[in-house]
Parts: sequence; C-alpha cells; structure tokens
Amino acid sequence: MVIECKHVWEHISGYLDGTLSPEVLEQVQKHLEHCEICSAILDSTRNLLILTADERVFELPLGFSERLHARLEAEIRGLKRE
Amino acid sequence: MSESRDEAQIIASILAGNTHEFHDLIRPHERSVYVMALSLLQNEADAEDAAQEAFLKAFRNLANFRGDAKFSTWLISITLNEARSRLRSRKNVKIESLDESPDGQDQVSPALLRDWREIPSEALERKEIRLLLQHAVADLPSIYREVFLLRDVEELSVNESAEVLGITVASVKVRLHRARIMLQKKLVPQLKRFNPRRRWFSWS
Repeated sequence: MVIECKHVWEHISGYLDGTLSPEVLEQVQKHLEHCEICSAILDSTRNLLILTADERVFELPLGFSERLHARLEAEIRGLKRE
Repeated sequence: MSESRDEAQIIASILAGNTHEFHDLIRPHERSVYVMALSLLQNEADAEDAAQEAFLKAFRNLANFRGDAKFSTWLISITLNEARSRLRSRKNVKIESLDESPDGQDQVSPALLRDWREIPSEALERKEIRLLLQHAVADLPSIYREVFLLRDVEELSVNESAEVLGITVASVKVRLHRARIMLQKKLVPQLKRFNPRRRWFSWS
C-alpha cells in the first residue's frame, strides 16, 4: 500500500521512538525511500531531538549548587535542633 | 540497577538519621530539576528558587517516597507541581490559546524542506543556537512543553511521563508527537540559517 506524505508525518514520532507496527513501519520506509521531503522532515526532527537532549542547551547558573546546598544545610540543621 | 539500589540505601540511611547524606542523594539530579523548573517558569531566579523549594520538599517528605517509582521521577514530579503552583499564583498568567486541542484530531504540519544538513552537537558551543532551542521549547503551549521536557529532555519513559502528568499513555504519545512537530516547524527554518554551505569547521 502506498501512503501519502501527510500520513507519514503522523508517524514521525513513532518512527523515531521505534514504536510503529511492522506493517506501518514498512509503509513508512517505502515512502521514505523515494520522498526527499519526508526524509528531510524526519532527519531534521531527529537532529533537533539530539540537540535539545544535549546537556549544553540548559546550563546551571553559576553558583547554583553552592546556594542549593547551603539552603539545604540550613534546613537540615534546623530540623536537628528541633 | 546498582544505582537504584545505592539510592535506596542512601534514602534508608537518611531516614535513619544520617540527614547529611541528602546532599549526596540529590547531587546527580540538580541539573534536571533546574531545567524542568526553568523551562516551565521561564525565569532564572524563579526557577532557581522553585528548584531549591522542590529539593526541600523532597527532603521533608522523604519518608513518603515509595520505592515503586524512581527517585528521579519522584523529584521531577515534585518540581512540576512546584512550578505549576507558582504559575497559578502569578497574576499575569499567560492564557493558553483556545484552539489548542490537547488530544483531538487537529493536524500539526512540519516545516517542508528538501534536504537537511545535519547540525552537529558542536554547534551548541554557540550561545545563539542554545538560546534558539531554549526559546523554542519555552514557546510550546504548556501541555506540549511538559510532555516534551519529561520525555525528550529528562528522558523519562512514556509510562513514567503519563504517571507524572496524570494522563494516559495514549495522550503522552499524541502530545509528544505534536510537540516534536511544532518544534521542527519552528526551529528548522531558523536553524537552516546556521547551516553552512561549506563545512562546519570553516567558522570559528
């Protein structure tokens, strides 16, 4: 069965997560073989997910850890005094 | 597996009175809690305070932590609730768009392109690229942003995400798909500008 681009788009997330059923997967793969637009959509989405999962995107502010542990220490000491 | 056993041992020890061990328990989770708070609250000072508060709540409620979930998932859940309650108490709450149908049939379309030159991770050394990604995630409507953060940034499983959000597994999948396509649509045209015609190492 041949499927259209729009139907392939619905399966991009499932394709990337490897959760498509064997039948759907085969249809999508066949489509991707000859459709450069859907292939580029898939590649760019995969690329984005790799970038957004990278630790460098969201950095901790300078001194975050020190301030956090100082506040925790105050709390823990407070509890011990009670 | 050994990591979770170690964590369980540390938690038991803290509950037995070695409270200072809480510092070690949370060290591996500082970043993920802050990222969650920042992406939801979109303000660094607020996010830092919310993250601290989430850790304090985890400390005070540690006896209620049940080993059936991962400690990291429990922490993220506390952080999400902390951020949500702060958002509710803000006076200028951003009204979510009415045409946002969480799990309905509305289609979201990706940005169309014919070829994609991969943006390598080294590009993240550039602050403008990091900011582009941060802002795109921050601009997602909150129901999509939450799912995206849990699954694709914090790397929780679909089931864990469903549990933290109190929604079905099917809803997680639908929202995640939309979040990813929305990001692709927004980011790809912007990122293409950074796609060099030549090789990446040609600019410094």
